[in-house]
Amino acid sequence: MSTSPTEQHTHEEEHGLSDGGYVKIALILAAITALEVSTYYVDFGPFFMPALLIMMIVKFVMVVSYFMHLKFDNRIFSYMFYIGLGIALFVYFTALATFKFFG
Amino acid sequence: MSETAIHAEQVHHSSTGLSNNKLAMWLFLGSECLLFGGLISTYMLYRGRVQDGPRPSQIFDIPFTSVSSFVLLMSSLTMVLAVSAAKSKDDARTNLWLTVTAVLGATFVGGQIYEFVTFYREGLGFTTSLFSSSFYTLTGFHGVHVSIGVILLLSLMGIIKKNKIPGDKAEVVELIGLYWHFVDIVWIVVFTLVYLIPS
Repeated sequence: MSTSPTEQHTHEEEHGLSDGGYVKIALILAAITALEVSTYYVDFGPFFMPALLIMMIVKFVMVVSYFMHLKFDNRIFSYMFYIGLGIALFVYFTALATFKFFG
Repeated sequence: MSETAIHAEQVHHSSTGLSNNKLAMWLFLGSECLLFGGLISTYMLYRGRVQDGPRPSQIFDIPFTSVSSFVLLMSSLTMVLAVSAAKSKDDARTNLWLTVTAVLGATFVGGQIYEFVTFYREGLGFTTSLFSSSFYTLTGFHGVHVSIGVILLLSLMGIIKKNKIPGDKAEVVELIGLYWHFVDIVWIVVFTLVYLIPS
């Protein structure tokens, strides 16, 4: 019996991805990790730091969204986590700036 | 009362219509961001303060840590597969994936212990420098979190086998899964900021 696109969408909203979907996400994460490690051996010049930070953020968001189901769950869970993360970033960026870390 | 209605009653037991346990876990994980944020920022401030001890670039073994990172990343996949199996009420598959996750987690912790012993033998003690103190505190706290995760997984497997899980079984597996994935995302940040970006 086939499922309609609407049924499939509802299923994803309630339960997240299928097992195959999770494997695909893991393969993407593994590929990004391999790229990250390659920056240790290959000289990326001025792109080194931004590339590493972007890859780190992409991996972080993918795990939180797909493996932790925030993309499919109620938004209140997202608010609770991202507010905590936001406060942490604000507090510690301010602390690091106070100690002239960025200058 | 139908089975669906009973299930709905079990899940929607708070004024928000959401599980209180899940809300509490997300609140806990939000607060953990502050803990690890403090440890990571302290490391960033002190990573250049090596005094007479070895510098990070002299002791870090990137290929070894990359393999450890890959192991922990894959444990997130096996954990999510365990959650998926628990939602399908497949106890055998749930236990299988939980076992694999615990083994991968224990492998990561074993790798970290090996790394610490190697660094110590190369002259990097806990009090050698501000860099060493902040490094061991950050990665040590993370290692303790992974170890607690492994204990939680083993306990979960035990209570699943004895069929003594209180409430919704899939939700309990999901809650421990959330903790496990959080430990993974902390390592994603630590691996980049501590190991891959030189001081």
